[in-house]
Amino acid sequence: MSESDDKVFKALADPTRRSLLDRLFKHDSLTLTELESKLEMTRFGVMKHLRILEDARLVITRRSGRTKLHFLNPVPIRLIHDRWIDKYTERRVSALTDLKAQLENAG
Amino acid sequence: MNTSNKPAPVQIYEIYIKAKPEKIWEAITKPEWTERYGYQGPAEYELRPGGKYKASASKAMMTMGIQGTLIDGEVIEAKPPNKLVQTYRMLFSDQNREEGFSRVTWEIEATQSGFSRLTVTHEVEGKPIMAAMVSSKFSETGTGGWSWILSDLKTLLETGQAMG
Repeated sequence: MSESDDKVFKALADPTRRSLLDRLFKHDSLTLTELESKLEMTRFGVMKHLRILEDARLVITRRSGRTKLHFLNPVPIRLIHDRWIDKYTERRVSALTDLKAQLENAG
Repeated sequence: MNTSNKPAPVQIYEIYIKAKPEKIWEAITKPEWTERYGYQGPAEYELRPGGKYKASASKAMMTMGIQGTLIDGEVIEAKPPNKLVQTYRMLFSDQNREEGFSRVTWEIEATQSGFSRLTVTHEVEGKPIMAAMVSSKFSETGTGGWSWILSDLKTLLETGQAMG
């Protein structure tokens, strides 16, 4: 699902949205009021960012009585990691191992 | 409200998998499937309210000397292939055992173009060790926990092979 990868990358490419994710990672589920309390931004602006995060499925909302709670869903980031990061870091590690073996054999 | 650094008492994990709900249901509830992704321990479910649940050590764990039942619990609700509610207790250590039973809800819904949405809701209130383990906060490499298990499940169902 590369379309959903695009949405995750775009959602992460903004400091305000990353700070919203960091706060959801640290705390319990948060309400809109709690999320906007630390930001120098209008409620409308925060809602716009939250919509982008929800659209990328990085934020999930649930109703609890009359309040709407926001939760972090870390799975899309895990998928990006497994698809993109692991691939290149593993190659790098094996490249270093290969180099070490070559140097040792040469000596 | 909890304003400290403690993990949330309710954790929600959502993933889209290109598979039918029936297939995902099987992969969650049948040992021949659970042996192929995540921690690879065989899971056994009695799929009726009050039925037993247990997950045992995988073959790899047994070679490391870890044996027996590692997670146990009880089925609260089983509506194949869409909803499974169960209790869930880890038995890795005495502290795990003392924290007792949490509650896990699996919801599977067909979405569009052959995809299904799987949502795992884990109620971990009052269980800080379990909360940290399932959100992989103890792991330096970020492996382990629900994100890792679900990512591996997706890979298995979509490609026929787990990440390994």
